[in-house]
Amino acid sequence: MQRSPATTAVISADALQGLIDALAARRYRVVGPTVRDGAIVYDTIAGIGDLPAGWTDRQEAGRYRLERRTDGALFGFAVGPQSWKRFLHPPVETLWTARKDDTGVAIAATPKTDEKFAFIGVRACELHAIAIQNRVFCEGPFPDVAYATRRRNAFVVAVNCGEAGGTCFCASMQTGPKADTGFDLAVTELLDGTAHEFLVEVGSDAGNEVLAALPHRPASNAQLAAGAAAVARTASRMGRSLATGGLKELLQGNPNHPRWDAVAERCLTCGNCTMVCPTCFCTTVEDHSDLTGASAERVRKWDSCFTMDFSFIHGGSVRKTAKARYRQWMTHKLANWIDQFGTSGCVGCGRCITWCPVGIDITEEAAAIKATPQTAKGA
Amino acid sequence: MPDIEHVLKEHPFFAGLAPAQSKLIAGCARNHLFGAGQYLFHEGEPANEFFVIRHGHVALEIVAPGQAPLVFATLGQGEIVGASWLVPPYRWTFDARAVELTRAIGIDAACLRGKCEADHDLGYEMMKRFLSVLVQRLHATRLQILDIYGKR
Amino acid sequence: MSARPGPFIPQLYRVSRTQRELADTVTLELVPQEGARPAFQPGQFNMLYAFGVGEVAISLSGDPNETKTYVHTVRDVGAVSGAIARLTTGATVGLRGPFGQGWPIAQAEGADMVIVAGGLGLAPLRPAIYQVLSNRRRYGRVVVLVGSRNPQDLLFRHELEQWRQRLDVDIGVTVDHADPEWRGNVGVVPALIPRAPFDPHDAVALVCGPEVMMRFAANALRDAGVAGDRIYLSMERNMKCAIGLCGHCQFGPDFLCKDGPVLRYDRIAAIFAAREI
Repeated sequence: MQRSPATTAVISADALQGLIDALAARRYRVVGPTVRDGAIVYDTIAGIGDLPAGWTDRQEAGRYRLERRTDGALFGFAVGPQSWKRFLHPPVETLWTARKDDTGVAIAATPKTDEKFAFIGVRACELHAIAIQNRVFCEGPFPDVAYATRRRNAFVVAVNCGEAGGTCFCASMQTGPKADTGFDLAVTELLDGTAHEFLVEVGSDAGNEVLAALPHRPASNAQLAAGAAAVARTASRMGRSLATGGLKELLQGNPNHPRWDAVAERCLTCGNCTMVCPTCFCTTVEDHSDLTGASAERVRKWDSCFTMDFSFIHGGSVRKTAKARYRQWMTHKLANWIDQFGTSGCVGCGRCITWCPVGIDITEEAAAIKATPQTAKGA
Repeated sequence: MPDIEHVLKEHPFFAGLAPAQSKLIAGCARNHLFGAGQYLFHEGEPANEFFVIRHGHVALEIVAPGQAPLVFATLGQGEIVGASWLVPPYRWTFDARAVELTRAIGIDAACLRGKCEADHDLGYEMMKRFLSVLVQRLHATRLQILDIYGKR
Repeated sequence: MSARPGPFIPQLYRVSRTQRELADTVTLELVPQEGARPAFQPGQFNMLYAFGVGEVAISLSGDPNETKTYVHTVRDVGAVSGAIARLTTGATVGLRGPFGQGWPIAQAEGADMVIVAGGLGLAPLRPAIYQVLSNRRRYGRVVVLVGSRNPQDLLFRHELEQWRQRLDVDIGVTVDHADPEWRGNVGVVPALIPRAPFDPHDAVALVCGPEVMMRFAANALRDAGVAGDRIYLSMERNMKCAIGLCGHCQFGPDFLCKDGPVLRYDRIAAIFAAREI
C-alpha cells in the first residue's frame, strides 16, 4: 500500500463530481448523504448535487432538526439516523431457499449479487464502526462470507468532520474526529469565502489509482494547517463525553444497580437505539413456506435485544423487564463487547442519544452508575 | 444401652455434644427393627419418638382418598426421621414407612423434652441441630414444589 | 441439486430410527444423505431444521464412538421441537453443526468424575457418560446422580439400570415425588451430593438440567468442597444462527453457541444467580 501523508492532495469541489463519476464508471453503486424527509440519510447519489449542500444538523437527546447553514458546505453536518451498516449488513437478506417434492428436499443458497458500493462521506466514527462489525462478522469461527465480500469490494471515501454533533463523543471513544484508517480516500472540506476545495489523503492503492485520474495538486502548508485546525476545532466541541476508564468492570459488576430501575421507567424498549447504532449487529431468522409446503426459505432480518422474543426460550423470555433489556444493551455495548471483540462496541456517534424518543443518554447513564457504584453490595 | 450410647456419639447429627449430654440422650433411646413395608408411624398419631436411621430406607408419604399415597421424601442411613415431637401438639403430620429392612434408634420424645427443659444447654444443642435439618428439608421441599422438570 | 452445506446451509439427513422415551420425548437417529457424519464432542449440539417450520438447537445424546449416526433426544415444547419430535423413520431433516464447546472429558482424566443430571439434562450428558465409561481406567470414582420429576419421567431408565449393574460406577437417582411402588430416593438432586462417594478435592463435576437445579446443584458441590473451576454447566439461551453472528444466545459476555454451551462455573458465578441475564 502506498500512502504518503506528505503528499496530501487538494481537489476542487468539481473534481469531487469527477470522483463520483469515476466510481460510477467502475460500476460502483455510489452511496452518499442526501436530504430526505427532514433528515440526512445515505442513499444512491448521482453527483454532488445530491449532497446536503448548505445543510447542518442540530442534535440533542431525543431531538434532530436540519438547519440551513450560512455557507454551502457539502459535508457540514454530523451523522443522520442511518449508518453504512444497512448496505454492508442488509436489514433483510434471504439466506437460502428450499424445495420439497417426491424426489426429496433440495436447499439452494441465494445467488450472490456482484453489487459493490462506493461510500462517499464516511465519518471517522463510522470507519471504526465498520471495522468493529468487520471483526464481528469476519473474525469469528464462522465468517460471514457475504459480508466479507461486500466489505472487501467497497470503496470508502471518508470525510473528516468539520462539525461536532450535539450528541457526539468520538473524542472520548478515540474514534475520531480524524479519519486515520479503513478508507481508500479521506477528504477534509476547506471552505473559505469563495474557495471550496478538499484535502485528499490516500489510504490504499485503489484510492491512489482513482485520485491519480482526477485533477489534483499538492496541498499547501496553509491548506494542511486549515484542515488540521478544522479537525481540532471539532474535537474540542464534542456534545458529550464518556469516561471509559474502568467502565467494563463497573457495568459488569453492577447488574443490580438502582440506576437500571430508574432508566427502565423511561425506556420504551422501542429499539430505536439498536436500529440507528452503527455497530449493533443482532439478527433473527425467519423460516417461511408457501401454503402447499413445497417451497421454503430462510430470511435473516435485523433484530433488537429490546424485543421480548429476543431472549425467548421454552419457558418464556429470559429478559422480561425493560430494566433487564436496557441493561443487556448497554452492558453489551460498553462492557461485554470488550471481552468478545477486544474493543468497546461504542464509537461515540451519538445516534442512540439523538434518536431515543425519550432522550435516554448512554453517557449520562454511565456517569450515573460510575458516581455511585454498588459493587460492595454482592453483585 | 452402652451400644446405643456409642452409636449416638459416632453419629454426625450428635457430634460436638459433651459426653454427659450424649449420655442423657442415650438414656432416652432404644433400638428398633422395622421390616420392609412396616410403618414407623402414621399421620395423626402422637409423636412419641423420633428416629435416627442406622441402616435402611424410610419413605415419608401423605395419603389422599382415591389416590395412591404420594411419597414426598425418602431418608436413609444417618438421617433423622421426625421433628413434630419438638412442637405441640406433638402429632405426626405424615406416614413413615420402611422401604426395606431398617434398623433405627428411637429416642423417646417426652423423655428428651423433659431433659431439655431441665438442661437448657442440652436443649439449645438439640434445637440447633434440628433447625439445621429442617432448613435443609424446607429448601428441598421448595425446589420440589417448583416442579422444575415439569413443562412450562 | 443442493448447495454445499456448511455452517449456514443445512445438510440433509434421514431419520433412520425413532424411539419413544417419554410421553413427550423421542430419540431420533439420523444418518446423512451423503457422506459421513462429522465427529462430535460430548456436550455439542446440532441445529435441526424441520422443512418450512424452523430450526431448533438439540444436544447430541448418543455415543461419540458410534460414527454412523447422530443421536438426538428431543422434547416437544413448541412448534419446531414438536415437528422434529414427530418425524418418522425415513423422513428428511436439515442439520447444521456440530457446534459449541463440549464437556472437558479429556481434561478430567485422573480425577473423580461426578455427573449430575436433572430431567432432560441427562441427554446432553449421556455422550459424556459413554465417553468416560469407554475409557474407564483413566478416571477415579465415577458417580452419576440423576433427578427427575417422578419415576415415570425418568429418562434412559433402562441404561441407568444397566450402568448400575457395573461395579465401577455409582448411580444415584432421586425423584421429586413418587407413589409407593418406587423403592428409590424421593427428594432433590442436590441432597444426593453430600453422600455421593467421590473425593471433592479431586473431582470434576458436569452438571446439566433446568437452571434452578444447576444453581443449587453447583451450591451443593461447592459446599461439599468441589472447587468452582472444576464444575461445568451446560447453559441454554435462545439460539438462532448457532455460529456467533446473530447475538441471541449471549449469556453475559459469552455466546453459548461458540463459547458454550458448556461453561465453567467460576467464570459465570457472578451473573449466574442474577436475574434476567
